[in-house]
Amino acid sequence: MSIIRYKTPELTPWSSVGRLSSLQEFLDSAFQLAGPVRGSSFGWSPGLDVYEDADKVTVQLELAGVKKEDFEISLHEDVLTIAGERKAEKREGESYRSERAFGTFSRSVTLPGPVKSGEVKATYQDGVLTVTLPKAEEAKPRKIQVELE
Amino acid sequence: MSTTTEKSPATASRVEYVTPPVNLHQDAEGYTLEVEMPGVGKDGVEITAGDGKLTIVGHRKAAETAGKAIYRERSSRGFRRVFDLDPSIDTGAISAHVEQGLLTVQLRKAESAKPRKITVS
Repeated sequence: MSIIRYKTPELTPWSSVGRLSSLQEFLDSAFQLAGPVRGSSFGWSPGLDVYEDADKVTVQLELAGVKKEDFEISLHEDVLTIAGERKAEKREGESYRSERAFGTFSRSVTLPGPVKSGEVKATYQDGVLTVTLPKAEEAKPRKIQVELE
Repeated sequence: MSTTTEKSPATASRVEYVTPPVNLHQDAEGYTLEVEMPGVGKDGVEITAGDGKLTIVGHRKAAETAGKAIYRERSSRGFRRVFDLDPSIDTGAISAHVEQGLLTVQLRKAESAKPRKITVS
């Protein structure tokens, strides 16, 4: 019997590019997230929570120590992006311990449905950014009446 | 993660906290501590200095439920961190302020502990 240990590259075409690019989508659907929640390829990643009820979607982001003028919220179609920078305060003396993360950040959330982009509100308190996105009428759950003949 | 046992009248329950990231600087006057505690406001901060230790606790406000969570990374636990205090710190002169979830604590060395130039007569 012959055991084929390996095949030479020309004999086994492997569509590597196609497989890898869909791996992210495959994993996301496996975990059944509302939509891909991309982390950042930047300096650090602030903690993110996404909540949903019948009328609105609420996104919370932990941005302790980031000033209001150092970040921006943008909404494009159904993707909400919050990006900015945490700047270090200049301090005298030497640093003994440096655990805090600094630098740029960017987090995007694909929303579970269309929202009323003109009515999106954001508040920033105690280092937590809360973005409230009211759902567009067509995205709200509707009761459907059953008619009995 | 740091845990403490807090006794309540009915039971002794274990309270679990999250450890906040901290930056510590030292200069000629003393130390500056930056503690990241998002979700903690001025009323939620408890700082205790005693027995050679500095204990910082941050209580988060209970979150108003905004519906069902579809994605969560944040913890709802409070923050706690304990530091051993340098004996030269004047515990009566500790000041702190909180801004947007960042607590900054200033610890001053006692006057007698600062380096003094000694003149030779």
